[in-house]
Amino acid sequence: MRVTWIIAQRELAAYFATPVATVFIVIFLALQGALTFNLGNFFDRGQADLAPFFNFIPWVFLLLIPAITMRLWAEERRLGTIELLLTLPVTRGQAVVGKFLAAWAFCAIALALTFPFVLTVNYLGQPDNGVIASGYIGALLVAGAFLSVGAAISASTKNQVIAFVLAVAVCFIFAVASYPIVTDFLSKNAPVLAEVARRISVFDRFLNFTRGVIALRDVIFFASFIGFWLFLNTVIVEARKAD
Amino acid sequence: MPDSTPRTPALVAPALIEIDHLTKRFGGFTAVDDVSFRVAKGEVLGFLGPNGAGKSTTMRMLAGFMIPTAGTARICGHDVQTDAIAARRVLGFLPEGAPTYPEMTVAAFLRFTARVRGFSGGELLDRIDTAIGLTGLHGVRQQTVETLSKGFKRRVGLAQALLHDPDVLVLDEPTDGLDPNQKHEVRNLIARMAAEKAIVISTHILEEVDAVCSRAIVIAHGRIVADGTPAELERMDPSGKLDDVFRKLTMQAA
Repeated sequence: MRVTWIIAQRELAAYFATPVATVFIVIFLALQGALTFNLGNFFDRGQADLAPFFNFIPWVFLLLIPAITMRLWAEERRLGTIELLLTLPVTRGQAVVGKFLAAWAFCAIALALTFPFVLTVNYLGQPDNGVIASGYIGALLVAGAFLSVGAAISASTKNQVIAFVLAVAVCFIFAVASYPIVTDFLSKNAPVLAEVARRISVFDRFLNFTRGVIALRDVIFFASFIGFWLFLNTVIVEARKAD
Repeated sequence: MPDSTPRTPALVAPALIEIDHLTKRFGGFTAVDDVSFRVAKGEVLGFLGPNGAGKSTTMRMLAGFMIPTAGTARICGHDVQTDAIAARRVLGFLPEGAPTYPEMTVAAFLRFTARVRGFSGGELLDRIDTAIGLTGLHGVRQQTVETLSKGFKRRVGLAQALLHDPDVLVLDEPTDGLDPNQKHEVRNLIARMAAEKAIVISTHILEEVDAVCSRAIVIAHGRIVADGTPAELERMDPSGKLDDVFRKLTMQAA
């Protein structure tokens, strides 16, 4: 646990030592603001809630989170520091979880910086802040899910562009697994999988959170989803570290 | 031709490094082919061979970074595969090219490796100071690694390997990219530490073998083709020059 924490700290500091952190946070806030206020009709709706904000956030994450994870392992491989990191007295699991936690903490910071939205809506009306809080928890879990996918993909390549594109693609499939784009295809070809796909849709699960419902099964879904991808990440690191 | 008789130090001092029929294949290509040797405390082993002979691959397996296809290695009795963490605790490893995190300062980088190795508080600061002192990094403590010259980067990698005063040091090309003065310093450093440790350095600079090594192994096409003291190796060619011996051994195996 201690070693995991040290690795996470180093990794998090690395975001802020490079322009990555600033660029990411600025673009994230600008995009999220533009989508919420313009496309989301935040003011014209005349309702004191953050529904437009939460409608767009998973799509913004889908685009931006792979940008965080693409360097997570690919960079380590390109610089050769993976050889240094993995020959320190560190287990693969500690390295994988440490890096993931750093990326997740970074997303939490970016998410926390959206607080002006909460202030605005509270200034304009009397929103249900419980619903907003559960929406934020859901958003953090969506971020975690996408991060775990992106991290595993990053571990399989030295090329950051490939890591980014593949991560967007795979996250997209899990995001919209319950949407017709996926289910129509599956019901025609593999009806059994169509039912499975409906249950593993990240966006569907998130929807419950934005309605103020924190269901245990949704939390378990996210925990197992992240756990599965982190396990896969460990396996990939072990198998491909020296390639 | 391979000289398989164990060297005298290996018989008297305990072997801190034991490499046991180590083999690594990449697809159909055999990079390291049934390599076995032992290194005892007090020995500085020069690991020689042309590029692509399998030096780095052997060292990576020894450091637990690559998984051997067959055979294994032990560091202070800890198997690098089944007891990997314990083996890495007593190992100081400088990977090829001395990779370091470019955005970190020298002090922050050493602090990171020291904390991972379990040091804290005053001891942590002492360790870092000692490592910085040994490698002459005083002047660049607060500089980020990316702003450093190749020679300084190499010394940062070296400092990281020495930090925990390990019993076993495995250094992949420790003097590559250093100027003659820095090379001299690093060799002196290795010579000073030699009595207390088992050290393996890979190099293709033959003069280095005479300068610091008590023993040399020549590897070509993944196999050991010579194992002896530098003086013994030199006698293998009428010219008495290590250059000629090296060429003879490594060309022959081709």
